[in-house]
Amino acid sequence: MTFINYASREINCKIVYYGPGLCGKTTNLQYIYDSTAPQAKGKLISLATEADRTLFFDFMPLELGTVRGFKTRFHLYTVPGQVFYEASRKLILKGVDGVVFVADSQEERMDANIESLYNLEENLRTYGYELNKLPYVLQLNKRDLPNVIPSQDLAVELQRKGEPVIEAVASTGAGVFDTLKAVAKLVLTELRKS
Amino acid sequence: MANSSIVLQESRYHHIKAMLARLRLDSSARLVVLVDKDGQQIAVHGELGNLDTTSLASLAAGNVAATGGMAKLIGENEFPTLSHEGEKESIHISVVGRVLLLVVFDDRSSLGLVKLRSKQMSHELAKIFLEIEQESAAAATTAALPFAGITDEEIDSLFSPA
Repeated sequence: MTFINYASREINCKIVYYGPGLCGKTTNLQYIYDSTAPQAKGKLISLATEADRTLFFDFMPLELGTVRGFKTRFHLYTVPGQVFYEASRKLILKGVDGVVFVADSQEERMDANIESLYNLEENLRTYGYELNKLPYVLQLNKRDLPNVIPSQDLAVELQRKGEPVIEAVASTGAGVFDTLKAVAKLVLTELRKS
Repeated sequence: MANSSIVLQESRYHHIKAMLARLRLDSSARLVVLVDKDGQQIAVHGELGNLDTTSLASLAAGNVAATGGMAKLIGENEFPTLSHEGEKESIHISVVGRVLLLVVFDDRSSLGLVKLRSKQMSHELAKIFLEIEQESAAAATTAALPFAGITDEEIDSLFSPA
């Protein structure tokens, strides 16, 4: 849900990073946080377990710049990837303006990707959203690992509607900002339409 | 998009700020924050200090969403108020339709007083947000939103310095 404030001349949008456990959602946010100038970002909040797994969500506000006199702010969230956090995962999607699906490119995680993507579609539907109508980007993460599925094969399996597909290695930052830019651009383009 | 945007006009914003100021005074609170249920901060009034109200807004919304989820599991629709009492500082949150009224207070006030004053303000807030929602829907259909005529170049310009 976009929030437009004429008094402070701000537009706020919500982007959610979704995907199976250990696919690199938090790593994406961490890299964005570490690479962004202090004046453009707020705190990175991580509600994690003692073992550093996301328990509820990670959150960071990011200011991209000004368009037509309005500051554009993106609130970036991740969901907990582990299957048993389903109830919490669903809550984070409420009011979402754009989604990044972070897929784990490793062969043995293919089933987890498919299950998580199916779960995303299901959870969006409970709020009355359709993945097909939502700004959406597919990130193929962990491209540096030896046992990855070719990107084309992954795209055939996971791409839903001709959305941008971006290869990434979130731990080094490769593809992280390309992904963010792609989804932010789709969200702003959607705002123009609405 | 399935979810509707909130468009807050300047006059509404100042009206809401004045309401928050009144609540803060009446409840002897440190700070009053109005937050959308999705975690966006709408307005704030009081002793801010170094407090990160953006994070506070996001966590409050997460908190309300989580307890709302628990409420549904036990057959309730939602818990309309939440309170967290600390040694020195406390927080009271009231759910008012699609917004959350969050009051931060210390020993200059009491939970009872904050609850009472928040409840009194809730009705007025609910009415105003109903009107804001109607205005937002109207703004969306009349292409009055600031991004309605935005060009591809303007969108690209946001990303060019990075």
